[in-house]
Amino acid sequence: MLAATALSVVFMRDLFTIVMLFGIYSLLSAGFFVDMDAVDVALTEAAVGAGVTTMLMLGTLALTSRKEKAHRKPASMLPLAVVTITGLVLIYGTLDMPYLGDPEAPVHQHVAPRYIEQSYDEIGLPNIVTSVLASYRGFDTLGEVVVIFTAGLGVLTLLGLSGDSPHRARPAAMAHHLVLRVITRALIPLILIYALYIQFHGDYGPGGGFQAGVIFGAAIILYTLIFGLTKAERVIAPLFLRYMMGAGVLIFAGTGVLALLLGGNFLDYDYLAHDPLHGQHYGILAVEFGVGVTVTAVIISIFFNFTGRGDQPKEEER
Amino acid sequence: MSTTLGLYNYWIVIFLMMVGFYVVIAHGNLIKKIVGLNIFQTSVFILYITMGKVADGAAPILDDSVTSYSNPLPHVLILTAIVVGVATTALALALIVRIKEEYGTIEEDEIHSQDESL
Repeated sequence: MLAATALSVVFMRDLFTIVMLFGIYSLLSAGFFVDMDAVDVALTEAAVGAGVTTMLMLGTLALTSRKEKAHRKPASMLPLAVVTITGLVLIYGTLDMPYLGDPEAPVHQHVAPRYIEQSYDEIGLPNIVTSVLASYRGFDTLGEVVVIFTAGLGVLTLLGLSGDSPHRARPAAMAHHLVLRVITRALIPLILIYALYIQFHGDYGPGGGFQAGVIFGAAIILYTLIFGLTKAERVIAPLFLRYMMGAGVLIFAGTGVLALLLGGNFLDYDYLAHDPLHGQHYGILAVEFGVGVTVTAVIISIFFNFTGRGDQPKEEER
Repeated sequence: MSTTLGLYNYWIVIFLMMVGFYVVIAHGNLIKKIVGLNIFQTSVFILYITMGKVADGAAPILDDSVTSYSNPLPHVLILTAIVVGVATTALALALIVRIKEEYGTIEEDEIHSQDESL
């Protein structure tokens, strides 16, 4: 199914169809991740790939053109040949790969058993993914949050800091759809609560700052779509978002520095409380909160910038 | 387990990867290139998650009734990669919007011909 969807992307010329197909493709891969026991990843992929990426691509389409140019050079065989040869070489390479689900595979021999066996004693959280993400590999995660922060800054720079000048008030494209308005009103609080649940329950079930941030952002994006950018910016000021982008990174790094000041290493949460387990709890909560804040702020401000750029209200379903 | 079944996932990964690769090198439309890159990216995600799977393993959330878990490390890597991916995609799309404003097109060959006529 994944393969078929991907293939149809190649042959479609209508970019709108392509973007929709890509949403379906993401949702399918989220289902695949559940099958592969990667529940945290599936949650992220469903929220990001099927939700936010699709919205952003639609936003870009509204600002550019919808059709791929029809004329083509006489179809060159070179790309196809390159792709086929590379693919065959890679398939030859897989013949040495361990089979799917083999517990003896090299991936499972290195640090993973330690995480599985000892993370509960050292961190005290049942969700190993959260333990590894926020504690063992906290430094990597800090780096990734900074990458997201930088990408947010890049979009702000490229598309102009539209929040500074009061842009012309535009009528909300969807405001006259009564059904949409009522349903959205009912849905948004639920989505927000769900995002908070994901944020703070990530220690015990699937979830965490990344997923919560994306879901929180999606709720605001939904609000913007239905009620218009002007109203949405009255709810959350763009300037506030910009401060929040930085604040999340600072919360994360600040937790690390606090551990440093209390006598540990950078991001070593054992020293945050008298009991190392409690310290780990506080540390992970703080760090995940920082991640959530940055991701939310970046996603919303990226979307605001894309929407604020358009001259005419765009036509999007959903 | 037979070779076909055991390696089926990797072959799908390679197929998806090559589809994405093909879209990137063979198409001139910038948005389509980004979609191609995203397909390529997802295939890498699937590769990692496939490697993390353990037969009969459960999702890596500790529970007394479970004895075997899938490998949590690839999950962590891919989880963050997805979110970083959307951020970089947004950056690429923003660049495309700016290109459209400057050149009036998002087709690669038209951009090149405009550059040459300068």
